[in-house]
Amino acid sequence: MAAFRSNIFMLAFFLCGFSVFVTGDFQEELVIKPLHSGDIYASFQFRTQWDTDFLLGISHYRLFPKSLGQVISKFSVRELHISFTQGYWRTMQWGQPFLPSPPGAELWVWFQDTVTDVDLAWKELTNVLSGIFCASLNFIDSTNTVQPSASFKPLGVGNVTDQRFLRYAVLPREIVCTENLTPWKKLLPCGSKAGLAVLMKSEKLFHSSFHSQALHIRPVCKDWQCKSTSWELRQTLNVVFDLHTSGQGKREWSLFKMFSRTLTEACPLASSSKVYVDITDNPQGELFELSPATPLVSQAVVLGDGRTYSVYDLTDHATFGQTHSLNVLLRWRAAEREMLRPLLHGERYVAGYGLQTGEIHTLVYNNHPYRAFPVLLLDTVPWYLRLYIHTLTVTSKGRDNKPSYIHYQPSKDRLQPHLLEMLIQLPPNSVTEVTVQFERALLKWTEYTPDPNHGFYVGSSVISALVPSVVAMDTNNTQERPLFSSFFPCKEESTYFMRIYTEPLLVNLPTPDFSMPYNVICLTCTVVAVGYGSLYNLLTRTFQVEEPSQGLAKRLANIIRRLRGVPLLT
Amino acid sequence: MEEDALNQSTAAEADISLHMLSESPSGSVVIYVVPESSTVLPEGVSVYVGQRRTALLRAGGQMRVAVALKEVLASLETWIKQVLQVMSFSHGDITAALSDRVRPGDRSREGLADSMRAFKSSPGYEITFSLLNPDPTSHLLHWDVEAAISSYIQPLLSKMAPVANFSIDSQILYYAVLGVNPRYDPTLNAYTLNADSLSHVINPVEARLGSSAASSNPVLNFLLYVPDSRHSPLHITDHRRHTVPSNAFSSPRWGGIMVYNVNASGTELPVDVHIDMRRVMGVFLPQLRLMLGVQSAAPPPGFLIGPCGNAGLADWELDRLMWTRSVENVATATTTITSLAQLLDQIGNIVINDNIAEQVSSAVASLQLAVGQLEVGNLGLAMQYSKEAILQSERAFFDPSLLHLLYFPDDQKFAIYIPLFLPMCVPILLSLLKMASEVRQRPGQGQAKKD
Repeated sequence: MAAFRSNIFMLAFFLCGFSVFVTGDFQEELVIKPLHSGDIYASFQFRTQWDTDFLLGISHYRLFPKSLGQVISKFSVRELHISFTQGYWRTMQWGQPFLPSPPGAELWVWFQDTVTDVDLAWKELTNVLSGIFCASLNFIDSTNTVQPSASFKPLGVGNVTDQRFLRYAVLPREIVCTENLTPWKKLLPCGSKAGLAVLMKSEKLFHSSFHSQALHIRPVCKDWQCKSTSWELRQTLNVVFDLHTSGQGKREWSLFKMFSRTLTEACPLASSSKVYVDITDNPQGELFELSPATPLVSQAVVLGDGRTYSVYDLTDHATFGQTHSLNVLLRWRAAEREMLRPLLHGERYVAGYGLQTGEIHTLVYNNHPYRAFPVLLLDTVPWYLRLYIHTLTVTSKGRDNKPSYIHYQPSKDRLQPHLLEMLIQLPPNSVTEVTVQFERALLKWTEYTPDPNHGFYVGSSVISALVPSVVAMDTNNTQERPLFSSFFPCKEESTYFMRIYTEPLLVNLPTPDFSMPYNVICLTCTVVAVGYGSLYNLLTRTFQVEEPSQGLAKRLANIIRRLRGVPLLT
Repeated sequence: MEEDALNQSTAAEADISLHMLSESPSGSVVIYVVPESSTVLPEGVSVYVGQRRTALLRAGGQMRVAVALKEVLASLETWIKQVLQVMSFSHGDITAALSDRVRPGDRSREGLADSMRAFKSSPGYEITFSLLNPDPTSHLLHWDVEAAISSYIQPLLSKMAPVANFSIDSQILYYAVLGVNPRYDPTLNAYTLNADSLSHVINPVEARLGSSAASSNPVLNFLLYVPDSRHSPLHITDHRRHTVPSNAFSSPRWGGIMVYNVNASGTELPVDVHIDMRRVMGVFLPQLRLMLGVQSAAPPPGFLIGPCGNAGLADWELDRLMWTRSVENVATATTTITSLAQLLDQIGNIVINDNIAEQVSSAVASLQLAVGQLEVGNLGLAMQYSKEAILQSERAFFDPSLLHLLYFPDDQKFAIYIPLFLPMCVPILLSLLKMASEVRQRPGQGQAKKD
């Protein structure tokens, strides 16, 4: 009991002090990372920090958007994380993202412990957020909301860990488009008029392999002593441009080619505005050429690895040069080397045949050569796939691997989904397979979607882990760190936190034939009419004597005789 | 004691000392008739209206000592009527409050304008002050809005607490431009915005104002716009090409906009600007009063209206507001319940649950109580009952369970039953016809047989 509890607490995140922000409340940055497959990964982060107490009645906003402040104070929200993603992050080809997100929309919220009715607050919060972001988050209800017990611990400061105040929901079917990007951009202090946000043009952003925009609100320490807290709002946008669709097959990327805009100025309200380009694989410039040249180089430890970045500081006017615009250009010279395999990777698929039963297989790969580490697997399965938990098997390297902690909440029809959380120890250099059988349910006739539909979506599994890192992580937060390396808090030097999402599943449910009511009506009415009519006629018919009629031949002959005018036969 | 109070040198002091003596209840008006020789009222002024519910009226020259009370009152009748028209509600106020339900020809022009400017009665309002900075690189604006609100706006809203709940916000918006390009006027050496183009100003700004995400109360927006250095200074001109002294305008049922010109002295960008909140609040406060329904008609000749006091609202103005709002609430609740009844008459399919029936009956009970309290003159209770009546009637009318079986058209019922019953009816009809023809023939046969 104590052993796996301590494992869980190892995976729970206590916050260490955050760095002192001496200047200003708004920071923006862009990280450009060329990927081994020829694609390019751009990640924007905008961070607004504000010292205030939202629980007072009147609030006066300067950089923090008013609509989010009103949401926080009205619903007593402690942490809010929402993301909208189009596409699936391919870990084996692209490596690890800075901020992971599942396809569709994901929302998880920690409420303050003063909230009495969390379900009511959750329902109203999802409706208000769907109005702010122009998304259909109002489809979040009790059938797709769960309360994870160990997976989504708070990322901000505070010590409330009662999972009654946590709600997590994911909508895998949610489509992201310009209508969601525009209100997201409106929340930035400079809007899309100055700074890095001018690059966000929707024609180019949505013409990409992967697009994810997210918003994270949490309380953070104001300084390293953590005597008081302030609110932090991070808006992030991750996009991966494909070599062939956006790059026209040429290995040459520039800001203009990616976004059809160049940078002209920094946001005047920002205290720091920087562009980072990852040059770790290019120490002497033999792999690609970066222009314009910049003397600033910074080292950062991110995702367990030490990386080197060229930095362009937009608050310095000299960066823009003579043309008053900055267009970062990367041109490849040599071919790429092989990419290192990512340490943790997950896959999921549905096996089986027919429309009655099936099996969900989840594969978790541990590619570290000699270290084993535990992972928390969270599965949310809708109620119409009835899981048979007695068939749950976890095998690694062909042998049974018993999880040290299992939390299972069975589903209730039309009320709540299945929730399965397991803590599994992954042996080094192995594949762990989790299988569970399910049976498909028959829905009520109004619950089926109209005929031309994909099927029913099952949300991604979430795999959270503390992965051993190659380089010692920086737990000392007194100096400035770039935003992309300071999102997930860190406690130990030898591990870093990672969360990966598997693919969503698409299942078909047995669909009845909807033309049957019409068939039944026709058949029944015909049978009743014919049967009843004949019976009635039999009962009520009266018989009369009638003269026998002539035979057919005689009648035809009489017709011909009448025509000829000759007397008729009798 | 009252004599001492009335012997003060100015009317304002007399007013204050009269207050210390007695407190008049809400909804009442107390008129003190002073003799013509009294010096408390200045020359040429016949009536002084105080900031609480009292008025000082100078008696006319025809007053004689030892005249009967009836004659005294008869001679003062016209003056008293005028005082009541100013201090309490008049026929025009009530028709303005019922403006949706009264024919337009019955109202005066001013009443029409006033009723269209003020917001409809609502249990709560949200007030938002926004500072628009179109060019943050040239201006760095500082405004102490929190202190300004607590010293200027909050006293007014606290006094109006019986009428509605208020919540106040403020925000700063950057890169917010007005929708109209101002034209340069060489005679004034400034850029001008004409009154005709003001209606186009609001549209692009409104998208960024962020009307309240978390509540459904109506929002009053007050915008303070600091023009960028290329369009400085900016003046608003009225229809006759004169500049408006306050450099502000208001949009009915929406809010107000004020343009604050800044002297861009200093060559170092951005220029630090500290906004004079006193001037700004001096413009926004009267606009706020107008929008919340406090009318300010010009007083008749010979009247002097005293200053409002710290809250910016006189007691009798508050009383008048409560009268008109209560009447408006009662009318709205009545209309809602009547519409529900009419809807039931037209569509027979609607299912009315017990809780809706309870809401309707309690709404009717609240309405009756409200009207009863209005007759007696208890404004506070009347306002409360009328607000409850509105809340219950709206909850009953907009209940989602009413829509449950709304769409169940009759032709679907026919479509299901006709294929079953029509084939069955055909032989029955035919045999009925045969029976009818037999019955007709039988008396004929009976006759033939008898013969």
